[in-house]
Amino acid sequence: MPEQMQPQQNSRETLSFYLVGAILLIVLPLLNVLPAEESWLRVSDFRLNQFGKFLCFAILALGLDLTWGYCGVLSMGQGVFFGFGAYCMGMSLALGIGKESVYGSDLPDFMVWTQVKELPLFWYPFKSFAAGILGAILVPMIFAAIFGFLAFRSRIKGVYFAIITQALAFAAWLVFNRNETRLGGTNGLTDFKQLLGYRLSEPSTQLGLYMLTVVALGAGYLLCRWIVASRAGKVLVAIRDSESRVTFTGYTPWIYKLFVFVVAAGLAGLSGMLYAPQVGIITPAQIGVLPSLEVVIWVAVGGRGTLIGAILGAVVVNFARSVLTNYFPEAWPFILGGLFVVVVTMFPDGLIGIIRKLFSGGPPVASAAMPKPQTQGGR
Amino acid sequence: MDTEGLILNCENVVVDYDGFKALNNCSFSVNYNELRVVIGPNGAGKTTLLDCICGKTLPSSGKITFGNNIELIGKNAEHIAKLGVGRKFQAPSVYGNLTVWQNLDLSLKRMSKGVFPTLLGKSTPEERERINETMDTIGLTPDAHSRAGSLSHGQKQWLEIGMVILQDPALLLVDEPVAGMSDKETEQTGRLLSSLAEKHAIVVIEHDMEFVRQIARIVTVLAEGTVICEGTVEHVQADEHVREIYLGRAKVAH
Repeated sequence: MPEQMQPQQNSRETLSFYLVGAILLIVLPLLNVLPAEESWLRVSDFRLNQFGKFLCFAILALGLDLTWGYCGVLSMGQGVFFGFGAYCMGMSLALGIGKESVYGSDLPDFMVWTQVKELPLFWYPFKSFAAGILGAILVPMIFAAIFGFLAFRSRIKGVYFAIITQALAFAAWLVFNRNETRLGGTNGLTDFKQLLGYRLSEPSTQLGLYMLTVVALGAGYLLCRWIVASRAGKVLVAIRDSESRVTFTGYTPWIYKLFVFVVAAGLAGLSGMLYAPQVGIITPAQIGVLPSLEVVIWVAVGGRGTLIGAILGAVVVNFARSVLTNYFPEAWPFILGGLFVVVVTMFPDGLIGIIRKLFSGGPPVASAAMPKPQTQGGR
Repeated sequence: MDTEGLILNCENVVVDYDGFKALNNCSFSVNYNELRVVIGPNGAGKTTLLDCICGKTLPSSGKITFGNNIELIGKNAEHIAKLGVGRKFQAPSVYGNLTVWQNLDLSLKRMSKGVFPTLLGKSTPEERERINETMDTIGLTPDAHSRAGSLSHGQKQWLEIGMVILQDPALLLVDEPVAGMSDKETEQTGRLLSSLAEKHAIVVIEHDMEFVRQIARIVTVLAEGTVICEGTVEHVQADEHVREIYLGRAKVAH
């Protein structure tokens, strides 16, 4: 007896995976390189780079969808893990600037103007680029493991967990803002020149980074899909539906929560790692409460508990932001907030829910986003 | 495990909620492969008794032993579940967003329920066979791939019973299984529980006297946190004390 969901839905998903992957990985780069400069077909370097940034955010959103969409654990501090990843990579890139810096010192510029004479100890490992990459993934995961252990072990859940993760985001923002943290204070890390010898100002380097991001997103998606399709993935949904029943069935829910939280942190770190060299700057403004909340909005808008929805939400919301902030820069926060309210109240399954309804025939979102109030019998 | 004697023995269990004794020196025991019904007025401590046995509530004193003299008090719910005590809650508690099959698959007793074995594990043919059998027993085979959330109230209750028996519990605790069920569903539930009693010891809490008469062999009456009477349905119904409690309450209520 088949235990998976309907096979035709599976094959449809696989097909769209290859299709979208081919467009992102082959068609867009070709449109960047082949058509003439002024052709309407041409995807400019700027657009491609911008799109690469959106895809970084999509990786970040995937992680939150795993914890929130599937397991029901709302983290409002994903920006912190993103920041750890971005800063680890940023430190490696900052040390790669070398003598090209404004002051011609081996030290990053901000250290010169804040009168730091020696490289702080914790910067040393990042002289190696490999350490930058490893650190970008492992530091967030280790941090999430410790934080998650303390929180989930003490049975902190629901709103309380959301609130302490938000406090975490605020605390991280405060710490990263301080000059004494030796991470560039409010200005963050910037002015990166090269990555393993490739100039970051070269379009070809940026194209390479974009393609790397597409591959990373694809790998992240496959990882998440593998997790949610496994029996452990069903346990995640079961925890969201009825945690006490899961406990009485012999599973230990907090360990599962810790597991997805750590995986999500790793994805957030990966996202930050790819973000830093493409955007060229990482500051505390990208890791605080607001950016962490935005991730929640992307996932809600795209559709929770679908993975594809998270990716779609991240790309669509950020694309809308880049367009709309051109025309109405002041209105953006209101548009974003309004969008969130509309989606949550009227389209709880997000864009994916709307799309599935339009092309109905497809089943309703299998892991319906809104936890429905348990219909109590006995009346 | 030998199948002679007591599977469950509670001695002088006390649960004290700030002076209110939900259970007051409650002593209660169940034999192997016995179907026992516990009745009693509201607030008698029936659900609290089950909560103590399955580790949800910690009694302030007393002894609860299970099987070969395993003390249950002080062990957590996961541990007690693994020892072989299955609990069916009063309100249906199934995983609404998973299919019936997935609900049962997750509940099946397995060597390890840690993250990584569960991540890599695939159901073996024997496991599938067991799940299919259970699905037959609870009458949900046609709904194998429906979302559990879309089942009727009665079907959800059966599904949860199925989930509990897949854990191979030696002792099954069932809290008001037929509340809110139609007459037909009630009767089917009675047959289901009676057939399960061939392999498991079952403790059922119930209000519905019709249903109690259908399934009960021995009935325990609980009032104000303690056992006041035990015996066959006829015996219990003839008991002065029991009549007093039920009728007395009825007077107050009217």
